[in-house]
Amino acid sequence: MGDKGTFLYEIWVARGSLLSGAALTMQLSLAVIAIGSFIGCFGGLGLVYGPAPLRLAIRSVVEVLRGVPVLVLILFCYYGLALFSIDVTAPAAGVIALSGFCAAHMSETFRGAVASIPVGQTEAAKAIGMRFWQRLTYVILPQAARRMLPPWVNTGVEIVKGTTLLSIIGVVELLLSTQQAIARNYLIIQFYLAAALIYIIINFSVSQLGAWLERRFAYFRY
Amino acid sequence: MIDYQFNFDVIWRNWDNFLGALGMGLGLAAASLTLGAILGLGLAAARISGKRWLDRPVWLYVELVRNTPLLLLIFFVYFGLPEIGIYVLDKYHSFILTLTLYAAAYMCEVFRAGLTSIPNGYLEAGKAIGLRPAQRARYVMLPMMFRITLPAMSNNFISLFKDTSLAAAIAVPELTFTARQVNANTFRVVEAWLTASILYLAAAYLIAWALRRVERRYAMIR
Amino acid sequence: MASSDMSSEPLLRATNVHKRFDSVEVLKGIDLDVAQGEVVAIIGSSGSGKTTMLRCINLLEEYDDGEIHIDGETIGYRIVGGVRKRLRESAIADQRARIGMVFQGFNLFPHMTAEQNVMLGLTKVQKMPKAEARDRAVHWLDRVGLAERREHYPYQLSGGQQQRVAIARAVAMDPRLVLFDEVTSALDPELVAEVLSVMKSLAESGMTMLVVSHEMLFVRDVATRVVFMDGGRIAAEGPPAEVMGNPSSERLRSFLGRFHGLFG
Ligand SMILES: Nc1ncnc2c1ncn2[C@@H]1O[C@H](COP(=O)(O)OP(=O)(O)O)[C@@H](O)[C@H]1O
Ligand SMILES: [Mg+2]
Repeated sequence: MGDKGTFLYEIWVARGSLLSGAALTMQLSLAVIAIGSFIGCFGGLGLVYGPAPLRLAIRSVVEVLRGVPVLVLILFCYYGLALFSIDVTAPAAGVIALSGFCAAHMSETFRGAVASIPVGQTEAAKAIGMRFWQRLTYVILPQAARRMLPPWVNTGVEIVKGTTLLSIIGVVELLLSTQQAIARNYLIIQFYLAAALIYIIINFSVSQLGAWLERRFAYFRY
Repeated sequence: MIDYQFNFDVIWRNWDNFLGALGMGLGLAAASLTLGAILGLGLAAARISGKRWLDRPVWLYVELVRNTPLLLLIFFVYFGLPEIGIYVLDKYHSFILTLTLYAAAYMCEVFRAGLTSIPNGYLEAGKAIGLRPAQRARYVMLPMMFRITLPAMSNNFISLFKDTSLAAAIAVPELTFTARQVNANTFRVVEAWLTASILYLAAAYLIAWALRRVERRYAMIR
Repeated sequence: MASSDMSSEPLLRATNVHKRFDSVEVLKGIDLDVAQGEVVAIIGSSGSGKTTMLRCINLLEEYDDGEIHIDGETIGYRIVGGVRKRLRESAIADQRARIGMVFQGFNLFPHMTAEQNVMLGLTKVQKMPKAEARDRAVHWLDRVGLAERREHYPYQLSGGQQQRVAIARAVAMDPRLVLFDEVTSALDPELVAEVLSVMKSLAESGMTMLVVSHEMLFVRDVATRVVFMDGGRIAAEGPPAEVMGNPSSERLRSFLGRFHGLFG
């Protein structure tokens, strides 16, 4: 493994904490994407089909969540929720804030995708007597899903990158575990590059998954 | 709200700090976005040059940068460059350099998409009246690209402006940093973060409004 | 389903139908009856309200005044305390299922094969078992001459083929009435005939049809009655030979004049 102080030696020493940091990054990302997308679908439904007051309410929340930096959302949640004597851990506060961000973007994505389906599709479905949920399930959503995919993947990548902000409130995800290793061995350049490589691999996998899904959905054209 | 008494006095007492911090963020964004747009345009030109040795490295740069967390890049530049003998950058210049490189990758993609979406007929019309390649670029491609990409650019601008909040991580006294200081010194948690959020939102809307005016001014009938 | 001999009314009866878009009145009191087995053609210049009328009948537009009955039943609305109230979406969906519609732009579902396009309403709206629905789809795709194309997606079909699939999708539902809105207008000239011949054979099989068309030869040969719409009103009505051969007004004469030589 080389001598103490060389990159190979030090990364071998730090492998456990780096890997657990990377694992936490992925867990946090998955949780945020799952929660955020789930809420975002309902937000999007409300934006397209909801009554005017509901649309206005969702629209306002979405605008606020998209207009305020994620870091501010995170710090607000972290320091703010404690005031309610809600005992949130740092990771929980982070997941809540990032999920809000993710949900806001998904709502907008969902709305845009559904709105881009030509009205003729809805009318053709109405013409054969389908009800709202049937039109949604069999006609609108299968087509909208494909249009949602690219922005969804983008949001996923943003979330993975966004989890680094949790290092600021002390969550030992990949970036903070890298910094902790650097504090011991001073291999600043090498360790940041190594961490960057891991992020790139994770994000590349997310994009590949997205591309695979897109191919799966590519059986029809417009 | 459990026992929480709002008290905005500390905000008014720190009002100059907040405004100065907002100005700092806007200044950082303006500098980085200007430089990033110029660099991004050059990168986009390389991408569509048709020369593989230009196109491929730029593609790689864009992919690597867009898949790496900004916070990691900020630390890498700020702490890493001195390691390789570059000491001249203070935290402000270091941050501007990082955000410029980051913005350039995103701008490159926006510009490239805009350039390739220009219908061929316009370029042929330019050829037909005898314009040279550089003239076609100057009089046909750039103006059309500018108009086509304006909406995407304003999204990018706002998102990159929000990214100035990450400068707080290297103690640049912008809004997030200031809010955190007020939070820590006065325990007026909600007031501090609410003020920061509102100022961010206001600035984001101001940017959006200004760019929409530009968009209208340069609206193109398509 | 109410059978037509239970009431003295024809299959479709529209009385005094009004429709406004904002302040513009597009339908200014339409009265129209279509009896079982009739093929009624609607002609008229662009903007005269033909599409709007069909869309009102299929409840794709809400009409503002008047009534539309199918088999004696008011569709789209009920009167509560003297006030018109639009029916719930589910009730409207049931009523729509009894009326087929073929669009100018096909509107096939791009993510489904021809067969799936036809089967969708059968399995999801009529709750027909899959196997039966597939048999029905195959039967109708065969009727429109596309049996071998049933695995194809819309983008793999020509415009004429897409429109024939759309017709199969409409008639497979076994509707009481089928609406056709300029279904050949978006087609290349050489593809028009294949669609018209499908429509002709449907007419001959006794299907009740309400057809907006500019294909005057088709109208003359296939329609049992012609309705001329002008400025949101029905300006002339009668057997094709009478309406088209002996135009009753200057407006109708000048409209038909544009098609002169085609059938004159
Ligand atoms: N959704 C709508 N909103 C406003 N005006 C409409 C709408 N649909 C149709 N119109 C207007 O109604 C009139 C009749 O249109 P339409 O029924 O499509 O005529 P036709 O099918 O006979 O050409 C036209 O003047 C058209 O501009
Ligand atoms: Mg029409």
